[in-house]
Amino acid sequence: MRWDWLPTYFPFLVHGLLVTLLILVFSVVVGFILAVPIGLAQVTGSLATRSFAKAFCNYIRGTPLLTQIWLLYYGVGSLFPLIPGLRENFMWLIRLDAIYYVLLAFTLSFAGYEAEIMRGAFLSVPRGELEAARAFGMSPWKVTSRVWFPRAVLQVLPTLTGEVIGQLKSTPLAFTVPVMDLMGATSKIRQDTYIIYEPLIFLALIYMVLTFIITRAFGYLERLIPTRR
Amino acid sequence: MATNNAQTAVVVDDLHKSFGPLEVLKGVSLIAKQGDVVSMIGSSGSGKSTFLRCINFLELPSRGRIVVTGEEISLKPGADGNMHPSDRRQVERIRTKLGMVFQSFNLWQHMTVLQNVIEAPVHVLKLSKKEATERGEALLHKVGLFEKRDQYPAFLSGGQQQRAAIARALCMEPKVMLFDEPTSALDPELVGEVLKVIRDLAEEGRTMILVTHEMKFARDVSSHVMYLHKGIVEEEGPPKQVFGSPNSERCKQFVSSIH
Repeated sequence: MRWDWLPTYFPFLVHGLLVTLLILVFSVVVGFILAVPIGLAQVTGSLATRSFAKAFCNYIRGTPLLTQIWLLYYGVGSLFPLIPGLRENFMWLIRLDAIYYVLLAFTLSFAGYEAEIMRGAFLSVPRGELEAARAFGMSPWKVTSRVWFPRAVLQVLPTLTGEVIGQLKSTPLAFTVPVMDLMGATSKIRQDTYIIYEPLIFLALIYMVLTFIITRAFGYLERLIPTRR
Repeated sequence: MATNNAQTAVVVDDLHKSFGPLEVLKGVSLIAKQGDVVSMIGSSGSGKSTFLRCINFLELPSRGRIVVTGEEISLKPGADGNMHPSDRRQVERIRTKLGMVFQSFNLWQHMTVLQNVIEAPVHVLKLSKKEATERGEALLHKVGLFEKRDQYPAFLSGGQQQRAAIARALCMEPKVMLFDEPTSALDPELVGEVLKVIRDLAEEGRTMILVTHEMKFARDVSSHVMYLHKGIVEEEGPPKQVFGSPNSERCKQFVSSIH
């Protein structure tokens, strides 16, 4: 086994780790914030909003994430040069950087999956608890923000753990467009040094440690409010 | 009918309610003065729970008038054949005066007992958290649950949950308490502790409307008893009359079959 490359490439790996964490944290946080109204729209919305939310979820869940990333990056991304004047604009720089497409694709993907999960979670909150909230004079907004939403999140916390871990393990797809995440950094090291296995072993270890941290963090959240199941 | 009489807590006039083609309430009226304990009895499906739920608009009536503490709730007919409140905020305000206790407790499972009790006072009545907590803790003392205030509902017995739910309703300092079969979901050995709390409230002179299957209890605590059958009031009066010498043959059968 050869590990002499590690000190040299360590800063490079740290940068890759930060990119991976950026994709994960950004897409999970923003994606979840989007998922709540999309999930709620499927439960309470008008026919139009319900159909739109449903169509969005079907697209996200019905196509591979890799396809979604490529559609955005090569599809939408290549439309920008067709807009007159944009080439001279500051936006041009943004369009060049793959990370923006990756962040958008991962966020929409997480939103689509979690919206479906939140839809089920909203439906699974006992009707009586919502009725009690209304019976004490809460406005529809109060019922949702004080009872319906927190109750729904509590139901899905165990599921969310798995979803976030799944999202972590999807992040290497970013490397295809090309974003230098952990996976990308590791590949670069292998190409530069001709060392085949050791960087991959190290990579696997890092993902396992990250998964362990996520599991622990969500376990802590679940224990904050004990429920009998 | 007087709508501005401060003595009158709840007036319901000619209430009708249909679920599709099925008419479950066919013109039921009720007057509860301050301090009255009105019990509604009758077999399952007689419409008594539906009637109670119409008072605070958890169920929308098809027709009728509802006046709470002198304020009539303004209604307009909707496309679904029900009467809808013209002003959502009026109903929300009226609901704060009606403390509802449900058959299945309906405590919020993501909050502790004390959080359940102070939730609506803080977030609806805008009481300070400190004030609401003082009020809530005193009420939990009263229903014998002070020690359980930091527990989550899932870890309480049914009787304890229902007593917590009663404290939650009382913490709003409602003008009228509405009980919807408060002991029907309880194991027999837990019924007594809940009835005791309700009896104490009755003796304090609280205005209450109570839907119940506990006949002996209804006879003891009520000032007025209504026997509902198939959506109409078949018999009503003081408990002595309804239980002792009812005019209606059906009511006679009902009370004798229960005893």
